Amino acid sequence: MSAFNAIGDEREIDRDEFTPGLEPQPTWCPGCGDFGVLKALKQALPEVGLTPEEVLTVTGIGCSGKLNSYLDTYGFHTIHGRSLPVARAAKLANDGLTVVAAGGDGDGYGIGGNHFMHTARENHDMTYIVFNNEVFGLTKGQTSPTSPKGHTSKTTPHGNAKSPIRPLSLALTSGATYIARTAAVNPNQAKEIIKEAIEHDGFAHIDFLTQCPTWNKDARQYVPYVDVQESDDYDFDIHDRQEAQEMMFETENALYEGTVLTGRYFVDERPSYQQQKKELGEMPEEPLAERYFDDDAEWERSYDLLERHK
Amino acid sequence: MSDHELIWRIAGGSGDGIDSTSQNFAKALMRSGLDVFTHRHYPSRIRGGHTYVEIRAAGHKVQSRGDGYNFLLALGDSFARNPKEGAYYGNEEIKPLSENLDELNEGGIIVYDSGLLSEDDVSELDLEERAEENDWHVFPIDLRAMAKEHGREVMRNTAGVGVTAALLEMNLEHIEDLMRDAMPEKILEPNLEILHDAHDMITEEYDFEHDLRIPEGDHEGEQALLSGSNAIAYGAIDSGCRFIAGYPMTPWTDVFTIMSQNLPDMGGISEQVEDEIAAAALAVGASHAGVKAMSGSSGGGFALMSEPLGLAEMTETPIVLLESMRAGPSTGMPTKPEQGDLEFTLYTSQGDSARVVFAPANIEEAYEQTRLAFHIAYEYQIPTIIIYDQKLSGENENVPVSLLDREPDPSLGSTLTEDELEDLPHDESGKFHRFQHDVENGVSPRSLPGQKGGRYLATGNEHTPAGHISEDPDNRVFQMDRRLEKLEAIRAELDEEHDSNQTYAGDESADFGIITWGSAQGAVVEATERLNDQGHSVKAVGVSDMMPFPEAELTEFIESVDQAMVVEMNATAQFRGLIQKELGRYGEKLTSLLKYNGNPFEPADIVEGYELNVDGSDAEPDAQVRIEPAAGD
Ligand SMILES: Cc1ncc(C[n+]2csc(CCOP(=O)(O)OP(=O)(O)O)c2C)c(N)n1
Ligand code: SF4
Repeated sequence: MSAFNAIGDEREIDRDEFTPGLEPQPTWCPGCGDFGVLKALKQALPEVGLTPEEVLTVTGIGCSGKLNSYLDTYGFHTIHGRSLPVARAAKLANDGLTVVAAGGDGDGYGIGGNHFMHTARENHDMTYIVFNNEVFGLTKGQTSPTSPKGHTSKTTPHGNAKSPIRPLSLALTSGATYIARTAAVNPNQAKEIIKEAIEHDGFAHIDFLTQCPTWNKDARQYVPYVDVQESDDYDFDIHDRQEAQEMMFETENALYEGTVLTGRYFVDERPSYQQQKKELGEMPEEPLAERYFDDDAEWERSYDLLERHK
Repeated sequence: MSDHELIWRIAGGSGDGIDSTSQNFAKALMRSGLDVFTHRHYPSRIRGGHTYVEIRAAGHKVQSRGDGYNFLLALGDSFARNPKEGAYYGNEEIKPLSENLDELNEGGIIVYDSGLLSEDDVSELDLEERAEENDWHVFPIDLRAMAKEHGREVMRNTAGVGVTAALLEMNLEHIEDLMRDAMPEKILEPNLEILHDAHDMITEEYDFEHDLRIPEGDHEGEQALLSGSNAIAYGAIDSGCRFIAGYPMTPWTDVFTIMSQNLPDMGGISEQVEDEIAAAALAVGASHAGVKAMSGSSGGGFALMSEPLGLAEMTETPIVLLESMRAGPSTGMPTKPEQGDLEFTLYTSQGDSARVVFAPANIEEAYEQTRLAFHIAYEYQIPTIIIYDQKLSGENENVPVSLLDREPDPSLGSTLTEDELEDLPHDESGKFHRFQHDVENGVSPRSLPGQKGGRYLATGNEHTPAGHISEDPDNRVFQMDRRLEKLEAIRAELDEEHDSNQTYAGDESADFGIITWGSAQGAVVEATERLNDQGHSVKAVGVSDMMPFPEAELTEFIESVDQAMVVEMNATAQFRGLIQKELGRYGEKLTSLLKYNGNPFEPADIVEGYELNVDGSDAEPDAQVRIEPAAGD
């Protein structure tokens, strides 16, 4: 019998199971976009047939990082910018787990930018949700890597001299195999995208627009948005890297100037890192963590390696 | 001394095959029944640059490099391609000969490759004069020509070994066996021819006026030649470690590569990642999900691990980290040992830290303490750190094969099974009390993601029993006290259930004590024995437990002497500071002997330090060591 019986549990799951009544109530400000991510996740997880105990959510630090404080799965609230390396290893150690990592735009594109690039490159099988509110929330509104050029805050009183990062393009060039943008103000699309991302076998990146009414009243995230997949004006092939790239570019410009575009931008079938490692014989077929509970497991010894030292 | 032991030094350029040649020669000496100890000196350059390996071999246990050496095989630096006088690297071809003369003992032997080292260069060294003064026996031999005759120039190492064996009157059998194992057929034959030619030529053409011969010895059981890095890696494997993440940095890279080369074939996983923050965070993530995991680095890389280290402490995630010291600050001297990261390792990361730090002194301790580190980490859910240095990392010593003949330990310590989870406290919501306040020894058993009934939140913020973030003062005090309580429990376990990790040497009734830690221990033990043989009365202790500190043992030791000298490889007496901090006194009783020039202690340095201490002389020590006077009154 497996040591991780929650994994593969086929029960019908009610979404209330992801928020039993005694959980702490969110400390987020009224109207915060983070509620939208929480809600979408709570809906998506049971709809893809997952129980709370077979999911591990790994978060960084920020208002966004509190996600798994209010979501009743196995959770790991790590440190600022480091959710991805922790999440990657947990998935490598037990690839029966469904792993969802999350954090803010400062967390994910600033301090954790290097990890983002490499996790996407390696195409780890997991979902990564970045709460993009174009500002540092928890530390009180400083300019973030996604704040528009000219943005004023306590740390850029004369206006931000830097152009914002392009998260979708960055994910694409780094090697992510599922890339989408959605928004807290569009719950149905958000839920569907999260479901697809979880079911995708590879690194799924979601740039999730979450308004911060407390520190970023100017953001264009409240305006009506257009789903690029559903609009006839934006016809492109989601599997075509070139076309996806062009659409992302347009989208990333438009976020600050024109219409807010959301939806799926790129889906690729490149095998996940876990899959590739297994094929190369660099990772066991069965979840590594199971071995420690298997009484019949054969444990090779370093004694076997001594020949070359004699 | 020279009739009891051989200290053979092979010198050449980085990339000249010095390493592999010496490794094989050391094994041949080991197979002939001798105890061996190797010391490696190399520059931070890939090719070219003076490098040497020293092999000390004797019929008795050798735990340190010796004082000086008695056989030099100078091959010449074949990569020294910059003959332009005054150029940055200068003319280095001659260095394998010129750089090593000062440390060669009286009566020593010099073999140099007259095919590579030009007569002009050699004549500038006043070699003849110096040889006469020191009774050296010099053999200029065209090793290059010998090698070329049967094979290729690079095989001149083999010719050098043949010459060595002949001069020492050493049987070639073990050397040949090792060459057969190591070399493909195509190059084996010419190498064997070269070996024999060189050997026969010396035996036939030269008179043996020197006294040095191969020592005699006999081992009780079968032996293996291991480096400290091998011992740590193998200790980890036998502890059930099947996950490593890292980023290369000298000298930690040795363990990382040994693990990477073996883990996948054992069903494990090795990850080379983007930086050291990620590396340690991966170890945390893997361990959180239920695998025995490790990471590590050297000074600068370890600095980056400070964050995930704190995360492991706060979330009580077991991990083992390695800190393989080289000289600092910053990138310092990448290929030179130092014991300068002690304080950094003990205290890095924010808050009141609870971690365990072991400092093994030799190959055997490296293996034992790695096993202990995994046991403690998984039993007490605490990060354990093994701090060692470039010297222990790269030096080779023979150990009985039986040392590693032990069952692997795949237990996950205080991790629960699903059955055990059922009976433990849960919230009404079903959340498991992963961080209970009130437990024995401070250890609150953990569940793993994917287990039924074990759901909880792990967080680096202060948290309640179920893992909810909390700033409640009572909860804070409970949790902090519980985490710190583990250190006391670990101290108690180390005292009660394990033989002491500390090593004692010398005369128990002595009233002068020497205290040291880590890899300096070998030289200290040897110096202590020598001092006692000379009629002094000295005892020594080598300390391995850095945190939790062995207060009782050290108090007893210091109380039993009038004066003690703390020996360590750094400039700021970090370990002496630790002793005084932990024991809260003895400032007036402790002096320091410090060496931080990039070269490890030799026993003679310590003997000299003793004499300066005891005689109170004002003379400057000449081995680049420094006496730091007692503090306090
Ligand atoms: C190493 C480190 N640096 C800085 C901080 C302080 N800090 C906490 S959250 C945060 C930024 C949060 O912004 P973002 O990631 O965009 O998340 P949000 O709060 O907007 O959801 C910062 C700088 C920290 N916790 N750790
Ligand atoms: S500060 Fe902004 S991001 Fe944070 S909770 Fe309030 S609204 Fe949300």
